[in-house]
Amino acid sequence: MEDAAARLASDPRYIALVRKRGRFTTVLTVIMLIVYFGFVLTIAFDKALLAHSVSGGATSWGIPIGLGVIALAIVLTGLYVWRANRDFDPVIDALRAEYGA
Amino acid sequence: MTRGRITLAAALTLLPVSAAEAHAIGPAMQQATNWTAIGMFAAFVALTLAITRWAARRTRTASDFYTAGGGITGFQNGLAIAGDFMSAASFLGISAQIYADGYDGLIYSIGFLVGWPILLFLMAERLRNLGRFTFADVASFRFAQTPVRMVAACSTLLVVLFYLIAQMVGAGQLIRLLFGLPYGYAVIIVGVLMTMYVLFGGMTATTWVQIVKAMMLLGAASFMAIAVLARFGFSPEALFARAVEVKTALAALAGAGPDEAVTKGRAIMGPGGFIKDPISAISIGAALMFGTAGLPHILMRFFTVPNAKAARSSVLWATGWIGYFYILTFVIGFGAIVLVATDPGFLDAEGALRGGSNMAAIHLAQAVGGNLFLGFISAVAFATILAVVAGLTLSGASAVSHDLYATVIKKGKADSASELRVSRITVLVLAVVAILLGILFEKQNVAFMVSLAFALAASANFPVLFLSLLWSGCTTRGVVAGGLVGLLTALVLTILSPAIWVTVLGHAAPIFPYGSPTIFSMPLAFLTIWLVSVTDSSGRAAVDKAGYPAQRIRSETGIGASGAHDH
Repeated sequence: MEDAAARLASDPRYIALVRKRGRFTTVLTVIMLIVYFGFVLTIAFDKALLAHSVSGGATSWGIPIGLGVIALAIVLTGLYVWRANRDFDPVIDALRAEYGA
Repeated sequence: MTRGRITLAAALTLLPVSAAEAHAIGPAMQQATNWTAIGMFAAFVALTLAITRWAARRTRTASDFYTAGGGITGFQNGLAIAGDFMSAASFLGISAQIYADGYDGLIYSIGFLVGWPILLFLMAERLRNLGRFTFADVASFRFAQTPVRMVAACSTLLVVLFYLIAQMVGAGQLIRLLFGLPYGYAVIIVGVLMTMYVLFGGMTATTWVQIVKAMMLLGAASFMAIAVLARFGFSPEALFARAVEVKTALAALAGAGPDEAVTKGRAIMGPGGFIKDPISAISIGAALMFGTAGLPHILMRFFTVPNAKAARSSVLWATGWIGYFYILTFVIGFGAIVLVATDPGFLDAEGALRGGSNMAAIHLAQAVGGNLFLGFISAVAFATILAVVAGLTLSGASAVSHDLYATVIKKGKADSASELRVSRITVLVLAVVAILLGILFEKQNVAFMVSLAFALAASANFPVLFLSLLWSGCTTRGVVAGGLVGLLTALVLTILSPAIWVTVLGHAAPIFPYGSPTIFSMPLAFLTIWLVSVTDSSGRAAVDKAGYPAQRIRSETGIGASGAHDH
């Protein structure tokens, strides 16, 4: 078992998987953090900005931007699931088959 | 107490406003007994008890009890997570906040949503690959079991207790309003039903109660939002324009000059008093975002699915449902401005909502769907509380029986039957404690309790989980010290903050001026874990660090996870 673990840890497919997935989740996390805290800080520093009307009507810029943050959260989540199912799972399945479940 | 704080509090739980109302108006506020609502609720209870009976036959081992045997699908778990997370506070509190202040309610609900992607990217699959029943399984994976489990169990019980008290008090207030039942009865009914679900049906019953409730809530909220939009030809612009008109007219009626009235009417379309200074903004944002990734009853849901793939898809489903629900809530809040604030039948002599400010969505239900739908919405609100408290209680019980009894006291040698027995006894104890505290806190302002639960989760559980999963240099001493520091700092700063120091204890000025302690307590916990770990040269530290590669392989691939299911 120790031996199998050591071989797995140095398997290039495993190393590539951890690196790729780590980079991908870091990028997604940073995007979410920047967008959300950017949104909140925009409000903290300039409340009037989001209250501006989009096209002269009642709808303010805050509405599409707020809904956009909600949509982004769902889209980023979907993006990760899509890529994990497509790229990461086959590698994990191959590693599991080889090194035991 | 500033206006902004009232609305923040109002959204955090449905209590603060109703608690304040209760102070002002007293027990006379109790409504006439609502038989339609009681009938609908009885039907819901009958259904959930049937589910519980079915689940009880499938609940034989500790694994069945804690995690439904790991047999929940990603889609089901996503709905159950949504059912666990969309509390009555979200539905009634946020729609009430939008009814009062407009856009601020949207800012608030966004905070509740953005924690989910973070939870997925950093935690969900690793939790599933490493853990079995509780998040402490994961946090203590390569560390000395006893100290780490004890800290994790403490923080779990504190988070669960604060969350539970808030829900119980909210349930009592809400049910008195909706059903015309006395407060004490309402709290006891909630306590008894939740005990039945958890005690007999364990996680299987809890999950299905949450799924049924999520579908009822999503269905009812969709109907209301569509009914509102249909009145405006499905044009959000027309809805917003009418809401601004209504608010302008109300401001003029309240004595504002023409220009001032226009400004006030227009104010609902932009940020108001919810976000004040940048420090509070980041602090509250961090508590909501990282607290979601540290709530024990939410983390526990990831052990109910068979593998990492299902854990992943459950977050996508949950995020989708919760995001959709918050958009509905936004429409419902604006619908209430247009349809409820203009109808004298829903207002008292001063123009305030009859029954308290959390009633906006309830009155709107009557406006768009008549008495039958009002009864249905009332039953949904009650069901919502039941589903949330059942999940909380199960998670508290697992911390006692799995972390403290089976691992700390029995050193991992407890058999499944005795662990199950301890778990069930804990459920009973927690239910009695929740009922007693619910009654004890009836007249207290417990607004701070849900925000405190999020702050504790973000300041203690999140840093501990994050660093134990992702940093090889992390040691037992580090996570124990950091977890305790995060917990205590968040607790003490909250006591010194306006929500307790001024509102509850009645001091003139707060010692800690911000809305949430998280911006200080969370980094402090990270710093403590790091500092104590790097200076830890004990023998245990060497074992902790040497255990990282094996933990990493299992957390990344799940290899070893299925073989590890027996102690």
